[in-house]
Amino acid sequence: MSTPVLQVRGLTTRFRTDRGELTAVDDVSFDVGRGETVAIVGESGSGKSVTALSILRLIPSPPGRIAAGEVIFENRNLLELDNASIRDIRGNKIAMIFQEPMSSLNPSLTVGIQVAEPINEHRRTPWAAALEKAAELISRVRIPDAQSRLASFPHQYSGGMRQRIMIAMSLGCAPSLIIADEPTTALDVTVQAQILDLLKQITQESGTALMLITHDLGVVARYADRVIVMYGGRIVETAPARELYKKPRHPYTVGLLTSVPRLDGDTRRRLIPIDGQPPDLARLPAGCAFAPRCRAAVARCHHERPKLEPVSPTHQKACFADAELVVQ
Amino acid sequence: MQNSLSSEVRADARVSATDEVLRVSELKVHFPIMSGVLFKREIATVKAVDGVSFALNRGETLGLVGESGCGKSTTGLAVLRMLTPTAGRILFEGADIAKHDAAAMRAVRRRMQMVYQDPYGSLNPRMTVRDIILEPLEVHGLADDRAAARARVDELLRLVGLLPDMADRYPHEFSGGQRQRIGIARALALEPTLIVCDEPVSALDVSIQAQVVNLFMDLQERLGLTYLFIAHDLAVVRHISDRIAVMYLGRIVEIARRDELYARPLHPYTQALLAAVPVADPEVEAARPRMIVTGEVPSALRPPPGCRFHTRCPSAMPVCKTIDPELTDLSNGRAVACHLHAPVRG
Repeated sequence: MSTPVLQVRGLTTRFRTDRGELTAVDDVSFDVGRGETVAIVGESGSGKSVTALSILRLIPSPPGRIAAGEVIFENRNLLELDNASIRDIRGNKIAMIFQEPMSSLNPSLTVGIQVAEPINEHRRTPWAAALEKAAELISRVRIPDAQSRLASFPHQYSGGMRQRIMIAMSLGCAPSLIIADEPTTALDVTVQAQILDLLKQITQESGTALMLITHDLGVVARYADRVIVMYGGRIVETAPARELYKKPRHPYTVGLLTSVPRLDGDTRRRLIPIDGQPPDLARLPAGCAFAPRCRAAVARCHHERPKLEPVSPTHQKACFADAELVVQ
Repeated sequence: MQNSLSSEVRADARVSATDEVLRVSELKVHFPIMSGVLFKREIATVKAVDGVSFALNRGETLGLVGESGCGKSTTGLAVLRMLTPTAGRILFEGADIAKHDAAAMRAVRRRMQMVYQDPYGSLNPRMTVRDIILEPLEVHGLADDRAAARARVDELLRLVGLLPDMADRYPHEFSGGQRQRIGIARALALEPTLIVCDEPVSALDVSIQAQVVNLFMDLQERLGLTYLFIAHDLAVVRHISDRIAVMYLGRIVEIARRDELYARPLHPYTQALLAAVPVADPEVEAARPRMIVTGEVPSALRPPPGCRFHTRCPSAMPVCKTIDPELTDLSNGRAVACHLHAPVRG
């Protein structure tokens, strides 16, 4: 495999709160290969979104700060760049798509200007040519009548159309990585399928890597090549998608897969919930963050943090418990 | 094991029972859009619910699914008479409550309750859990014996999996899943027959959803509750429902027993909806045929003529553009509103 497009090493992001400083992302390391779709799954507070925002240094500071780590992209550590240089990466070589398209679009600018702006800004393309390129991109995300759409405003669009505009905007400078943070959570299910299919197809055609942040295990199964499972700010398991679903090795991953009803599941079987509550980041236990809810926990889990270690060349987990015991 | 067995027995008992709790027929809820300063006049009408009919038997769960704007929540609110229907009948335990006034409704409301989506917004932050659960009892004059009322709160808390010593705490001290349990305890306080659940797990983290889904199912088993379960998550609805009604733009397009609907959806919209939901298994996903409908749900202000789904339907025929298909009964308690399955005669 060629060098990865993105290498994250030991990323640690902390936030000051009135209850003390909490670690939202704790020593997170992973790679994203060229053209690969990597899903980061987790519940609220797992650190998945903060990881994404930290990569592009979009963490509001204060109260947040990136306390440690490296984010290597094109042989440079993004965490050490000056502000002008990181601005030159954002929306150019790394694009980001957010959950709520309405608040990511400027309501007072036309769609054409917003899609053309990164092209004008980063590629120094004159406005007329940038707008022409924008029309091309708008039709590429399958919005009919692209030319006449340039002059319309975001409020004239539905949620799904706005997210298409966000995708068009992200493609403007032919990025090598797109980070999509819950891009379809606010959309209806038939529209979700349209948008994710479009995103997957476009990234595949252009060889763009996609980092998909989601809580939906079905979306992960349909679109991801590789999966990173986060819990309490840490990676607890990572594997190729098929391997993860077939042979999950971390009790939290196993718990997620058995607690969520499936469209093709056995309806006579009771759901097996994960007991307890997601962790409070301000009061994380000394050992494994999942230990208080874990059915497989042993004494060691409560006072020592397991490291992410390989169970196969492609599969890693952070867990002391016996894998066979976990999977039952 | 014990649980699944008894629920099968229960399902069988249900088929023979004709104990109907709710029958909604030709329900319409229209919202006028007014304009003008001095003389308000109606310039348009949103037909949020436009001719919906279904029935619910005692101890049964009917899932109501559809995308935003389909009218599923409005249907739930109208059934509880938190909205006044424009037309139609709502037979609840045999009496038509569609035209009941406030006083008549108060007597009925004891037996029909609601569980809301948002466990944060639906509990008063300045009331203790005890006061929240006592409130419905007080409104209905059932809390005069304070000792008995206290005991009832303790009992309700235990019933939903909380501890009686949590009663003097405030909602902010609880997690989302626990708050939803408090909302359920409040709904159960008056021993209702029918509970309308409007997206009761969709605001919860995935690892917590199963806890609350299991609680709903256990409570139904123990108390013989009847649920109208409104949700957009088709996998959750499948898990909890006996029958399912699929709504699109104010209409029911298909209604069927759970297993039949999921194994053999007949309406093209039902098919599209099910195909759009990904299954949490990459191997199953790779083998699944993909069917993607184009476009989005049209505005309820101007629903398309004929069949409301024809603008997005891959099987649309000329007739679909002009004639609105009726919800037609097929065999086995199944009904579908589609010209493909009930051709127009003549």
